Amino acid sequence: MNHLPQAWGRPRDDVYGAYDSSYLQGQSHGPTQHTQSPVVTGTSVVALKFKDGVIIAADNLASYGSLARFTDVKRLRTFAETSVVGFGGDVSDMQYLDRLLNSLDTEEAYGSAGHTLNAKNLHTYLSKVFYKRRSEFNPLWNHILVAGLDGESKPFLASADLLGTTFSAPSLATGYGAHLAQPLLRKVAPDEEAAAQLTKEQALEAVKESMKVLFYRDARSLDKYSIAVITKDGIDLKENEKLEKQSWAFADQIRGYGTQVN
Amino acid sequence: MAEVCMPQAGSDRLRAKAKRASHRAWSFKSPRYSRAQRPPQIPIHLPSLIPQASPSIPEHHGTGYDLTNSVFSPDGRNFQVEYAVKAVENGGTSIGIRCKDGVVLAVEKVITSKLLKAGANKRIATIDRHIGAVSSGLVPDGRHFVSRARDEAASWRSVYKTPITTKDLASRMGGYLQAYTLYSSVRPFGITGIVAGFDSELELPVDGQVGSGPSIGSGGKVEGKKYGGPGLYMIEPSGMYWGYYGAATGKGRQTAKAELEKLDLAALNLSLEDGVKEAARIIYVAHADNKDKEFELEMTWISNLDGPTKGRHQEVPKDILEEAEKLAKKYLEGDDDEDTKDDDKPAEGDAMEE
Repeated sequence: MNHLPQAWGRPRDDVYGAYDSSYLQGQSHGPTQHTQSPVVTGTSVVALKFKDGVIIAADNLASYGSLARFTDVKRLRTFAETSVVGFGGDVSDMQYLDRLLNSLDTEEAYGSAGHTLNAKNLHTYLSKVFYKRRSEFNPLWNHILVAGLDGESKPFLASADLLGTTFSAPSLATGYGAHLAQPLLRKVAPDEEAAAQLTKEQALEAVKESMKVLFYRDARSLDKYSIAVITKDGIDLKENEKLEKQSWAFADQIRGYGTQVN
Repeated sequence: MAEVCMPQAGSDRLRAKAKRASHRAWSFKSPRYSRAQRPPQIPIHLPSLIPQASPSIPEHHGTGYDLTNSVFSPDGRNFQVEYAVKAVENGGTSIGIRCKDGVVLAVEKVITSKLLKAGANKRIATIDRHIGAVSSGLVPDGRHFVSRARDEAASWRSVYKTPITTKDLASRMGGYLQAYTLYSSVRPFGITGIVAGFDSELELPVDGQVGSGPSIGSGGKVEGKKYGGPGLYMIEPSGMYWGYYGAATGKGRQTAKAELEKLDLAALNLSLEDGVKEAARIIYVAHADNKDKEFELEMTWISNLDGPTKGRHQEVPKDILEEAEKLAKKYLEGDDDEDTKDDDKPAEGDAMEE
């Protein structure tokens, strides 16, 4: 998947060639469909399972194209004090889904047993919402990660996107993170067995390192981020974290583009 | 449909019809009854001819004014609504107490059978997350009330993107109950509902809000400003509702009200924890008039954000509830010793069983 949300769900140019827009016979036909491409977007969400739970993180930026427009946007949303959803892609669609989850949470609590939805149920629900919307040719332009615990109180992590595509792995990342964070997270948790050995400290370190690498190399990222640790004890959500120990000291050693000496 | 005749002033047709009707079994003067095919009853108030239940309050039962909803009696009452109140007066006692840092709701559930599971069959419901509702009277009407209240709260959220305030919910539910007094095709609600909530003291973000907005200046934040607070409303079958410091309805309402008045709730000195104890005690005291039947106490509370429920409507935790019930029983035993020394034999028997 391309890291640019604008390209999500579209045929890849390198495989299929550029889209021949001459078939559209000019832009004046039909209404402008603002829901068919994202406007204000969030970049990567990264998440990693460990021994006792899951860690999920996303930065606090909402970009307007290349403009870093909103810098205090919280893209991790908690659900029923047991799950966290991390949103990448369109922020207005994220707000819609947030309201949807809020009303689901309220109605769920009306039952005599109280909350019964776990992260696994929540992921199933959201993936069906996504698939229905894409089937109506009116997708919710997001790629989300659902982190929490499943019905057996085991760590649960899964992805769902604007096409209704779902998959699961011990570590997951959306957008640019799929290219940059995933290889780093897979080093510490190549498979489920390895993830089940990870301590919280090891997992936290790996996720924070991934966020730092993303800030170095993703032009739509920010050094302020939110991070949540979900265990049986509940959710520990921090929404105003700052990247630490960045390495820029080497930069002043670099001169020119080849032959320049000083 | 010759007998259906709408009054048309000065109409010859009408006068002719009246002539024809005059030798029928029923009177022309009563078009409403002729429409409904009822035997003749002339709904004219004749106080001297009608037996009265008490000399000061004229009783109009049996004069025809009480057969249909939305009909005014000659002195302007809607008897069907008053009959609905009688259904409330037979229901289990419900109370609400507004404390300085939250609200408590409690209900007496009379145990009609040993086959009923303890702790099941909840009577206090949550609306949105921060409001509780309980009612006395017809239980299914109470369920309908709660269902409507939840719809109202959800619709408020979808429009305003923020939780409904207790006051606004009470207003909407008052309007809803009042609408059921307006038509002969519907019946009034056989309940009096108590709605209690805690409106957040924070400036709430709208649902789905991202970012925090300007920190200063126009649209900015006012440092330390508190909003909201506890709210308690009681809505009657007529649709009438008021805000209360303490509210009681159902069979034991008189006793409960007397106890509530003693608490001086208007001074707002009562803490939520004490409110729970008082609520349990009042339900036990109110039940004392109805001693032959066992009951179960159900109790919920809503605190402020710093309190035990963090602004949510929740059941009172088991240990706190049991402590409050223990104190209530102790109070009653003390009461029995002092007041009713000679006729408290059955009460002691009850106490032995527990």
